[in-house]
Amino acid sequence: MQAELATRSRQFTRARRPGAAEAVAGVLALFFLVSAIAPQVLAPGDPLAIHPLSAFTPPNFAHGFGTDESGRDIYTRVVHGTQYSLLIGAAATAIGLSLGILLGTLAGMFGRVVDFTVNRFLEVLFAFPGLLLALLFIVIFGPGVATATIAVGLSTAPGYARIIRAQLRSVRSAAFVEAATVLGRTRWQILLRHILPNTLAPLFVLATLGIGQAIVWAATLSYLGLGAEPPTAEWGAMLSAGRTYITSAWWMSFFPGLFIVLTAVTATVLGRSIDRRMRHA
Amino acid sequence: MSEQAALTVENLQVDFSAPVVRGVSFTIAPGECLALVGESGSGKSVTARSLLGLAGEKAHVSADRLELDGQSVLGLTERAWRVRRGRDVGLVLQDALVSLDPLRPIGREIADSLRLHSTLGAAARARRVLELLDEVGLPEPASQVRKLSGQLSGGERQRALIAAAIALDPPLLIADEPTTALDVTVQAQILALLQRITLAGTAVLLISHDLAVVSRVANRVAVMHDGRIVETGRTAQVLGAPRHEQTRRMVAAVPADKPRGSRLSVTARPTATTTATATATATSTDALPSPTRPTPAALPPSPAAPRGSDGTVVLEAVGLSKNFRRPDGSRQLAVDDVSFSLHRGTTLGIVGESGSGKTTTARLLLALVAPERGEVRVFGEPWSTASESSRRGSRASVGAVYQDALGSFDPRWSVAEVLTDSLGARRERRSSQTLKRISALLDEVGLAAAVLTRRPLELSGGQRQRVGIARALAARPAILICDEPVSSLDVSVQAQILDLLDDVQRERGLSLVFISHDLGVVQHVSDQIAVMRAGRIVESGPAGRVFAAPQHPYSVQLLAAVPRLSA
Repeated sequence: MQAELATRSRQFTRARRPGAAEAVAGVLALFFLVSAIAPQVLAPGDPLAIHPLSAFTPPNFAHGFGTDESGRDIYTRVVHGTQYSLLIGAAATAIGLSLGILLGTLAGMFGRVVDFTVNRFLEVLFAFPGLLLALLFIVIFGPGVATATIAVGLSTAPGYARIIRAQLRSVRSAAFVEAATVLGRTRWQILLRHILPNTLAPLFVLATLGIGQAIVWAATLSYLGLGAEPPTAEWGAMLSAGRTYITSAWWMSFFPGLFIVLTAVTATVLGRSIDRRMRHA
Repeated sequence: MSEQAALTVENLQVDFSAPVVRGVSFTIAPGECLALVGESGSGKSVTARSLLGLAGEKAHVSADRLELDGQSVLGLTERAWRVRRGRDVGLVLQDALVSLDPLRPIGREIADSLRLHSTLGAAARARRVLELLDEVGLPEPASQVRKLSGQLSGGERQRALIAAAIALDPPLLIADEPTTALDVTVQAQILALLQRITLAGTAVLLISHDLAVVSRVANRVAVMHDGRIVETGRTAQVLGAPRHEQTRRMVAAVPADKPRGSRLSVTARPTATTTATATATATSTDALPSPTRPTPAALPPSPAAPRGSDGTVVLEAVGLSKNFRRPDGSRQLAVDDVSFSLHRGTTLGIVGESGSGKTTTARLLLALVAPERGEVRVFGEPWSTASESSRRGSRASVGAVYQDALGSFDPRWSVAEVLTDSLGARRERRSSQTLKRISALLDEVGLAAAVLTRRPLELSGGQRQRVGIARALAARPAILICDEPVSSLDVSVQAQILDLLDDVQRERGLSLVFISHDLGVVQHVSDQIAVMRAGRIVESGPAGRVFAAPQHPYSVQLLAAVPRLSA
């Protein structure tokens, strides 16, 4: 018995030790967080300052990532752009999640008629590819950072709603919910203490994974000219500006693109690692 | 050939990160059945898997000798093993539902091994499959071959699996807990089938945690404990005069035919304060060979102890009926006109096989579902007919203990949180008084305070059920509904939990409804018994009378099938 417990606690510590990918993702996440909160620390310059004389400088010691067509330092711009991307990603996910929780709870908790209605509505939303839904929203409400954020949030909501509904249904019929009824708990107590926490906990893992996706989508919208507009230092918009010069100045589109990929991968790796831990714990 | 052992194992060692099997040796002759018994974690399944080259990639297997049918199988490659599996050794697993591909007809599953290992043509294979199904006693084989595993009952699936295992007539058959998931009557049939296979000349290695099961078929028994074989010998000798402490503990734990109130677990209840005494008791019984009395009772059996029933009816079911809608829309009667009454301080045992309506009855008693006809009354007051809000106040008087203890706890909560909540206190702030009540509860169910910080997932099966009982007791119930409370536990842990339930019943004057498929267990714990079949109570009465002179043919059949230590 003692030995068994000892091996168990050893297993737990082993599960907690991060792997190489997780370690790298952790360092990157820290870098992105600092970039978003205090970009001045990592890149003291002004992301919008123009130096026409040093336009199209390839990466060198003075400009690590090179400069763009107006001589703006790409490294500074990329670092300063982090806040847009992270903010849009987080806000869009928050919007998607809230909508998803609302719709999912409606469908999962309130009778057949509501469930049927919400489900058919979700199915209509599912019929559109996510990005198309976002584009539709922007066509109606006009381009801009705010609309792009809401648009991305909206298009991720149906997925979350479906998962929440399924999770609610399985938790609702779980033995411990029945046990709480037998102990004489009221419906609200059971909902707040057992059902909601157990439904939502696994969802935050999904949300972390979703942030990466939302960042890519937001950048896509900006790239299409429907989100942030140049000369704002936003990755998608920078990528779009660099496209014109891609044959002569590859660094203009490469570095924003690299950062988009890195943030998305970081969010995904961290999300998966949290997920694994929660499963093991 | 026949002089040669079908299986020879000498000094088998299996290590994962830690040694799991440490120096196991045994042989099985053709036509002999050796039972490897032990509790979960004793290494018996790993031993069996090593004999098939299935111990897993992380396992390090070594042995002085490992011979199947006279040929060494040590260090065989995966390819070489594939040739042997099925041909030289067949395997039957516990859970036939997952061992058979749900999307393939069983006939094809059985034909697989014939197709891979023999030169039979398609028509000959089909004939052989029918023969095999007939051999294992599956009725109307011609109509069964095309069925999917999901369309068969548990016993039929197990038969199909055995048919697949013996298809090539292997000299050795390994059966790993082949009857654990089955009802008693079906279990008896499967055991008889294994016996026939043994008599036909096949060597059978039967792996089980249940001594009573193996006593029916095994010629020899090897008891495993902690990776070693601690005792081995003829079945009658091992079960009749167990020498090792572990064997004695397992023999004592078999509840069938033990008088009500006698203790099943060898050691005293390990409470937080008396761990030292408990070990002392264990060593003292160890030093005391008692071949004549297989029940080394640490506490004197006291069937006459005050089980004070004043005849008050605390719980009453009157003509309960409950329908269920089948997937095809038709209605099925799950519980049909069930009536009984439970007297204060006594135990009513409800026994029946799967699908007999036992669990639905439990849910009706707990008012988790409402009956279509009839009603449940608690202390003479309406219970099933009351509204949930008016019932909530009295819910504290009816507690429940579940089979799946783990599932009955919120997975996020620690034991401390579970118990605090069940005391009706706030989980976040625990007053010193709450803490005192929690430690009293833990003491009562024999758990150490160390479990408080753990979550149920980190506890053993027995500890979980103890927490489950503590939670049920927290609200000071008068009635406890126990639905298969010991079915998923090892025999010796089962014995401890049964003893614990007996203790708390006596100390608190509880009235118990004890639902189980296990007649042996029910016989041991019950004052009154109700035998259920297909939703109806076919026989009921005082436990002694029902077991001594069953009236209904089904009760007779059920009783005959109970595994006993028939040494």
